[in-house]
Amino acid sequence: MTGKIKKTHRVEIIADECKGCGRCINACPKKVLEMGTVFNFMGTTYAVYKGSGCIGCGGCFYACPEPGAISVIEISEDDNEVQQ
Amino acid sequence: MSERVKFSRSKGFFEIFERRPGAVKKNMSYCPGCGHGILHKLIAEAIADFGIQDRTTLIAPVGCSVFAYYYFDCFGIQVPHGRSAAVATGLTRANPEGIVIGYQGDGDLAAIGFNNFIQAANRGENYCVFFVNNAIYGMTGGQMAPTSLIGQKTTTSPYGRNAANEGFPLKVCEMTAQLEAPVYVERVALTSTANIMKARQAVRKAVKNNIDKKGFSLVEFLSGCPVNLKFDASQMDEFIDKEMTKYFPLGVFKDESTQREPNIRPVPVYDTEKVREAMFPLKIGQGVSDDYRCASKIFDRELRIKIAGFGGQGVLSLGLIIAAMGKQRNFNVSWLPSYGPEMRGGTANCAIIVNREAIGSPIVDSNCDLLIILNKPSLDKYVQELSPSGILLYDSSTIETPPELDGGQSVFSLDATNIAEEFGNLKCANSIMLGALAAILKAKFLDEVDTADIDGLVADALTECFTGKEKIVKMNIEAYQLGLNKMFGNIADV
Ligand SMILES: Cc1ncc(C[n+]2csc(CCOP(=O)(O)OP(=O)(O)O)c2C)c(N)n1
Ligand code: SF4
Ligand code: SF4
Ligand code: SF4
Ligand SMILES: [Mg+2]
Repeated sequence: MTGKIKKTHRVEIIADECKGCGRCINACPKKVLEMGTVFNFMGTTYAVYKGSGCIGCGGCFYACPEPGAISVIEISEDDNEVQQ
Repeated sequence: MSERVKFSRSKGFFEIFERRPGAVKKNMSYCPGCGHGILHKLIAEAIADFGIQDRTTLIAPVGCSVFAYYYFDCFGIQVPHGRSAAVATGLTRANPEGIVIGYQGDGDLAAIGFNNFIQAANRGENYCVFFVNNAIYGMTGGQMAPTSLIGQKTTTSPYGRNAANEGFPLKVCEMTAQLEAPVYVERVALTSTANIMKARQAVRKAVKNNIDKKGFSLVEFLSGCPVNLKFDASQMDEFIDKEMTKYFPLGVFKDESTQREPNIRPVPVYDTEKVREAMFPLKIGQGVSDDYRCASKIFDRELRIKIAGFGGQGVLSLGLIIAAMGKQRNFNVSWLPSYGPEMRGGTANCAIIVNREAIGSPIVDSNCDLLIILNKPSLDKYVQELSPSGILLYDSSTIETPPELDGGQSVFSLDATNIAEEFGNLKCANSIMLGALAAILKAKFLDEVDTADIDGLVADALTECFTGKEKIVKMNIEAYQLGLNKMFGNIADV
């Protein structure tokens, strides 16, 4: 019934919890994070996800000094579901 | 399609940092890129994963992490600078089931708090120390820390730390690992993902040791203070990985976690009655009620007593016995010993004050009502302190010529040391003198009730002073009786 499960990942960065230190960007092995150009509530630029390529390793999460600025989410897609 | 959150804000943190003043309630107060934040996340994750939030106390130091208790959803105490280890000791001793995390900076731990720290490590206190070595005093604006590197420029070492002037950076892990007691000592770095993962394991191991009561664990974190060191994120990690690790190598310095049995300390005593029983002798003999007052006239005012002789004659314990007698009859008493650095052979004296009212100062250096003197040098030194109506009692076996006094004073003597020698124990000279004192009091100063009371009171005071040493008590009571009888004989002869 079910086909192969395909896993992808994405990163969510909460703009107002980021201080723009750049540690997550350095830590990312896939180089899929970058410093944005707009300012957050505190008046600093903040890190943003380029939109694809995250492998869910968590490196950015642990590199970040803020508790909840970064979340890493795993997305599971069933092949059948994709076809439906 | 389904989604699962793989990494996100730990349950070990409060969801909202209510205690943090101002508008920002979701992130912490640290500068961008600060190592404190990285470590906080590892600790929060560990206490949540181990399910120990309800029995964990995190001790916040003085330093940038002074407000760490804003963030962790567990108990928190903020302590004076460097006093983490002392407070941790109290916490873990009072509640052995509690988990205690001493979070300290390099200034807090390795400078002002180093003695507290190393003593707690040496006692193997059951808690974990997370030591943030950022090679700087962060909070106060970048002064040199004990762990600042040679050559490192700080606000207080503007030409760079110079070993000839400021000494060498303190290797806390290496020093701690030399001690017997600590169970686990490791140095890690909060830099690359690989290093942070090692730090994560170290945090968990230390906390696990605490849960298993394995004793003292220390983890040192080489950590970034990019603001004071004036680095961006990459330069900061590079400084730690290349410069700091040269002097502070990473690795495990000691790990006996698997070999150690849980350290079960004696159960503390909280029952006040039991504490009193253990520390103070029980009320003994025919104790009197709290409102009992000796009726004799001499007790109407403060009595100032000095006893002097050479160390080893029992001068100090004679004073204690007299003080105990006063205490047992509801007087306020003070006993102030004074002796040289040597234990025996030098001169010794003690001052005792007995008063129904509060005692101002325990010092007796004038207006002395009773002077008991056991050797010649003490007589020469203290006789002028005697009040015009005071009593002098001296040992005539050591002082041959009686002192010349102006008139109003009463002078008594007994050859106590000779009597003690005949009695078979020189150490009993003081109790023989006490007997002499009792004889004088009975004959000249006490009313009937107090006269009848004194022998029993002496026995009680001796029992109190030599708790549990029945033979010694018995021997001293005999010596007292001997002194009493001899002195009565002397007084009658006059
Ligand atoms: C008794 C006392 N002495 C000095 C200070 C000033 N003081 C505050 S923080 C600090 C040093 C902090 O350095 P560290 O422990 O390394 O913490 P960091 O801020 O680097 O994390 C000092 C000396 C103080 N608060 N109390
Ligand atoms: S989880 Fe890993 S791959 Fe994905 S953004 Fe973070 S560091 Fe990069
Ligand atoms: S590490 Fe955290 S605070 Fe720093 S830039 Fe990335 S998200 Fe922002
Ligand atoms: S001064 Fe240094 S240690 Fe303190 S919060 Fe800022 S970066 Fe962190
Ligand atoms: Mg510091």
